[in-house]
Amino acid sequence: MINVSRLKKGIVIDHIEAGHGYKIFSQLGLDELEDVVVLMRNVPSRKMGKKDLIKIETDINLDLTVLGLIDPNVTVNFVEDGVLLRKEKLQLPEVVEGILECKNPRCISKYQKIDDIKFYLIDRKTKEYRCEYCDTTTSF
Amino acid sequence: MLKGRHLIEPSEFRIDELEEIFGLADSIIQKPENYSEICKNKLLASLFYEPSTRTKFSFDAAMLRLGGQVIGFSDPNTSSVAKGETLKDTIITISNYVDIVVVRHPQEGTAKLMSKYALVPVINAGDGGHQHPTQTLTDLLTIRHYKKSLKNHCIAVCGDLKFGRTIHSLVKAMHRYEGTKFIFISPEELRIPRYIKDLLDPDSYRETTSLDEAIGEADILYMSRVQRERFVSEYEYLRLKDYFILTPEKMLMAKEDMIVMHPLPRVNEIAEEVDDDKRAVYFHQAKFGMYVRMALIIKLLGLE
Repeated sequence: MINVSRLKKGIVIDHIEAGHGYKIFSQLGLDELEDVVVLMRNVPSRKMGKKDLIKIETDINLDLTVLGLIDPNVTVNFVEDGVLLRKEKLQLPEVVEGILECKNPRCISKYQKIDDIKFYLIDRKTKEYRCEYCDTTTSF
Repeated sequence: MLKGRHLIEPSEFRIDELEEIFGLADSIIQKPENYSEICKNKLLASLFYEPSTRTKFSFDAAMLRLGGQVIGFSDPNTSSVAKGETLKDTIITISNYVDIVVVRHPQEGTAKLMSKYALVPVINAGDGGHQHPTQTLTDLLTIRHYKKSLKNHCIAVCGDLKFGRTIHSLVKAMHRYEGTKFIFISPEELRIPRYIKDLLDPDSYRETTSLDEAIGEADILYMSRVQRERFVSEYEYLRLKDYFILTPEKMLMAKEDMIVMHPLPRVNEIAEEVDDDKRAVYFHQAKFGMYVRMALIIKLLGLE
């Protein structure tokens, strides 16, 4: 087992489905962070068999919406002074802004630069979202 | 309150709000002279990024009959679009000149995008294969006029139910009225999309590939054109375009008080001989289209 030192202040993203860790790492833009970031893959887990885990030693606020989109079952632990401050279970966000892209080639968002395009959750099971402009359903 | 609102898709307006518009349209039909100056000194911008003679004429005629004036274009190559201006910049600028904007665009969601930045009401006059709400208002006013109510009708829709946005909007609008039943008549390849059926109570519709079998049951028969521009393959278009043709012989099987509607233009899905049948209301439908647009403009401008 590899030992990673205890986190003093930051976030631990736990219970990531094995294989999703890198996706989350990339989507959160953690490769651009100057702080200490650890991505652990295929960590043995009693509950899940195998899981991925990310530890981020940082002060900055990360937009965690994307986490709910990729893997709504993850747990986010907020740590301060080496102590667990609070635990948050995530869920699929009702509205997603600026992360998804419309799949409809005839959508106006394919022709004009729109950064704040909103997608509304229409089906929790299939994780499908509806484009605010053309109503086309899309998923992450 | 409809003053200052946009009309991007038909379901944005509640049933009672639609009724306000239809009630006003009734008054205009009865006494058009009472409304001939109501839009005096008001200006409508008609932005047609793709050609659509009927819809443009209908809006222009509506505004002019209300005593208002119209500016705009029907060829984007002659506008600032050709210089690469964004839609956001276009609408912000134009909003400063006019009181209301009508926009038609080949890309889906354009009217919605423009409405976000517009300082005046925006009416969607068609955005690609997505929405065409004033056509839906036209259809509803026509049904309400001939059938005296929008409740408890059996509506048979026939033709291209897959790509026909007029049909999708009509079904979405009519399913909100009590007692509506649908019969979807189409070839297998052009069936109504799943997401539309998901909106409906499973007991409120059925699907068939036979016009003969369904026509006797309908209170309203809504015919549609198989549109060449929606097909990638010319062969597929030619194979399906003549699948259903409404003829005088088929009309013999229909109810005495059934009405035949069509958003126009027709190609050959309704034989010309049917035009003489008193149940054929599609040419009158176009007139209702102008009246309902007159009522809509008045309401969005808050003039009544």
